Amino acid sequence: MPKITIDSTEIEVEKGTTVIQAAEQIGIDIPRYCYHPGLSIVGVCRICLVEIERMPKLQVACYTPVADGMVVHTNNEKVQQARRAVLEFLLINHPLDCPVCDQAGECWLQNFYMQHGLYDSKMVEDKVKKQKALPIGPNVMLDSERCILCTRCVRFCDEITETHELGIFNRGDHTELLPYPGQELDNKYSGNTIDICPVGALTDKDFRFRTRVWYLTETPSVCPGCSTGCNINVHHNDHRPYKAGGIRVSRLKPRYNPDVNQWWMCDEGRYGFTQVDADSRIVAPQKKTRGDWQLLSWQDAIDEIATKIKGILNKHGADAFGVILSPQMTNEGLFAAKRFFQETLEVENIDFEVVAREKGYADDFLMKADKNPNSEGAKKIGLSAVDNSGLEVAQMLADAKDNRLKALYICHHNLEKGFKKEEVKEALSKVDLVIFQGTNQNSTSNLANYCLPSASFVEKDGTFTNFAGRVQEIHKAVEPLGESKPDWTIFRNLSKRLGKSMPYFEAGDVFNALAEEVDAFKGLSYEKIGEHGVLLNGHRASTEKEMGALVA
Amino acid sequence: MSEKIISKFFDIEDSHTIEIYEKHGGYETIRKVLKQWTPEQIIEEVSNANLRGLGGAGFPAGRKWSFIPKDSPKPKYLVINADESEPGTFKDRYVIDHYTHGLFEGIMIASYAIGAHKAFIYIRGEYIRQTERLVEQIEAAYEKGYLGKGIFGSKFDLDLIVHRGAGAYICGEETALLESLEGKKGWPRMKPPFPAIEGAFHSPTIVNNVETLAYVPTIIKNGADSFANLGSERNGGLRLYSISGHVKNPGVYELPMGIPLREIIYEHAGGLENGNGIKAVIPGGSSSPILTPNEIDVNMDFDSLAAIGSMLGSAGIIVMDDSTCMVRALYVVTRFYHHESCGQCTPCREGTGWAEKILERILNGSGRPEDVDNLVEIADNIIGNTICPLGDAAALPIQSYVKKFREEFEYHVREGKCDVKGQ
Repeated sequence: MPKITIDSTEIEVEKGTTVIQAAEQIGIDIPRYCYHPGLSIVGVCRICLVEIERMPKLQVACYTPVADGMVVHTNNEKVQQARRAVLEFLLINHPLDCPVCDQAGECWLQNFYMQHGLYDSKMVEDKVKKQKALPIGPNVMLDSERCILCTRCVRFCDEITETHELGIFNRGDHTELLPYPGQELDNKYSGNTIDICPVGALTDKDFRFRTRVWYLTETPSVCPGCSTGCNINVHHNDHRPYKAGGIRVSRLKPRYNPDVNQWWMCDEGRYGFTQVDADSRIVAPQKKTRGDWQLLSWQDAIDEIATKIKGILNKHGADAFGVILSPQMTNEGLFAAKRFFQETLEVENIDFEVVAREKGYADDFLMKADKNPNSEGAKKIGLSAVDNSGLEVAQMLADAKDNRLKALYICHHNLEKGFKKEEVKEALSKVDLVIFQGTNQNSTSNLANYCLPSASFVEKDGTFTNFAGRVQEIHKAVEPLGESKPDWTIFRNLSKRLGKSMPYFEAGDVFNALAEEVDAFKGLSYEKIGEHGVLLNGHRASTEKEMGALVA
Repeated sequence: MSEKIISKFFDIEDSHTIEIYEKHGGYETIRKVLKQWTPEQIIEEVSNANLRGLGGAGFPAGRKWSFIPKDSPKPKYLVINADESEPGTFKDRYVIDHYTHGLFEGIMIASYAIGAHKAFIYIRGEYIRQTERLVEQIEAAYEKGYLGKGIFGSKFDLDLIVHRGAGAYICGEETALLESLEGKKGWPRMKPPFPAIEGAFHSPTIVNNVETLAYVPTIIKNGADSFANLGSERNGGLRLYSISGHVKNPGVYELPMGIPLREIIYEHAGGLENGNGIKAVIPGGSSSPILTPNEIDVNMDFDSLAAIGSMLGSAGIIVMDDSTCMVRALYVVTRFYHHESCGQCTPCREGTGWAEKILERILNGSGRPEDVDNLVEIADNIIGNTICPLGDAAALPIQSYVKKFREEFEYHVREGKCDVKGQ
């Protein structure tokens, strides 16, 4: 392994490592614009020039592989001068519109300029004019004047999505990034170009002019949009939600996970969080009285529901009780539900799977047809009808229609996605007690007698198990809206009211109990999941490989 | 009269045809080579002849050929750089026009030496007549069996393809040329890998200038020493000097490497018009640092010009007499490099345009005292920091014009006008 010296620190690195990577290993961040670890190396921005002894010219750190005995200076006067020069060049035609630019605060041009730049401009000439505020796709706006032509977005579309929408046109300082004639940046991953744009050239239509980034707080989480479980950061506006019309979650950004999504996420997941702050949120327990919804306190709701459940079980037995759980729920929500329904109530008709009538979009990259984040978790916890020799969802509805089902507890589902509207309506109308527990109203919740408000994925801690058996954590970014609570809390409270308490105070308690009880989770603990997740037992070797192939 | 190799064909009628070329001994060498020479022998001979890359970089041609990996399973390519675009340079056009088959014979020998069965001539888009000539003469060569399967009855196959550029100066840079040849935007590549390892279509490739290859048949025919002895030390043979500007007889002159610049200007190009004095001379294409009259005794070879801080480059000499405004001259050159900067890497893309705007402002009489130093600083910040040499090509004139004619720039800034008579 080659040994090199960077700024007087000696380090031994793998052969083939570049200088910029080697420097990172000892905590030296060499400025970069065009370099991105997930894309090919082009060396065009020239900001990462470093001095390497015995080489006559400065070399780009992104492209230069280490060689044994190499002595690198990343911050001496010569390097700083080159950096200042590159920054000065980048700014001569860059508009100084930071006060109205969405990138301000997370702009690499701004940041590096503050660190290395000159403060007084020598440039008195007119700047080159280019296209501004140009919508180049459903999600992305282009400001060509702000573009520093690092070509990251071009390479993303060439190398990652292989959709080739973007190109570089013209020459010299008239060089411009644009979609190819007749094309739009409309691939299913287009939002990533905004993430990797180091400046404000590509901005998000969904985020433009909404929030200054310095008001945002970032909480690590997992995308609930499909069974891939892309790692994300939830960017939420804790400081001035009133400025955003009460919208607390401003955007989702992909979070690096080498085994799952690397640096990327799909647009479906990225823009799929709107229901978190939607008007359709269920914010308090409620019951339907003579066709009207009436708000209840949790205390009253739990009391009433517990009494009714007890009554039905006493009168009709457990066979008349159906439970439809959801792969939208966390492992903790599912496990608490399992204990509540199976142990406290001794109900056997438990299922979670409602096969969507319209098949979800899937590809061979990140998007899966199963649009639920935790189907694998639900299976492993044993919540399929087959595991419990109970009724499947379809059979529950059929039994309901035939008046054999007296109570139905439905979590999160919109049953219309799997069954015909009239079928659902007819079946549910014949059930004495329909309880809906979920985050948002839907056509199923409207058919219930009781609605219980669940906290959404940004409002609670917990875990999802992705399609490959990787358990990953979500974290509470914002407080549960209104009276909503995590699913496991609701089941714990109901269970206690019905005579069996569960000693769970936080999501980790539920997970650790689950890890003790369910084989696939044995040996795991909430504390050890970490930022990139862990694989379930039996998923180790083969799935790692599978994931490798997936993201390669 | 000194010896001529290529230019003796300039005055022969129909010298571009196979018949006339063969009448003067053409294609004898390749026939011999195919029968009697090994590729290694050719490379050695060309190395010993001190043949340098005459496109402008001056890299020893034989050494370049020796970089082709022998054990690579990939096809090898020879690419002929006929994208002659450096201002002041027009020699390759003469070669293509008058020494067409001499060039082909050089291509054949070089292809044989590096093991290439496919050669591409990448020709400047504006060279329309030359393209037609190449295409027509290539067809003639195919008809005779001089190109195609088993050339000259040997077992060696060679296809020769003409590819037209689309008008970008940058495509004369060899890696931009290869990108363009592959159908992509002409943006120079990062190096390494060098083309000899990974060039056209990811395969080992040698890129040679037209003139370089045109000298190869003579080297093999007459021997390395005979060619080397025509030139100076480490700079073998003759070369074609393009001379233009304020001289009586502009044109292409084939003269020994190392001949004094003064001799080219005064003896061969007939001196200056109207008996004017020299103000400045560009020795090797517009990118080479400019020379003042007291520097024109320099010998025209790569090493001598490098020693005085300039370069021989493409040997495109531009003579400027004492009626020339150096600010305007630099403006013209800078505008060219701004126009031709490919836009890929930051310093050249942004710096060339900035420099042009400053020069334009100075010419318009709105110069500021700090502009002159600013120009030099811009050039200093471009030089050495770019992917390809275009950045240097733009910066070198700025540095040298300002250094050598600083009073003229300062006068322009101070007075808002030119102090050169006739301007």
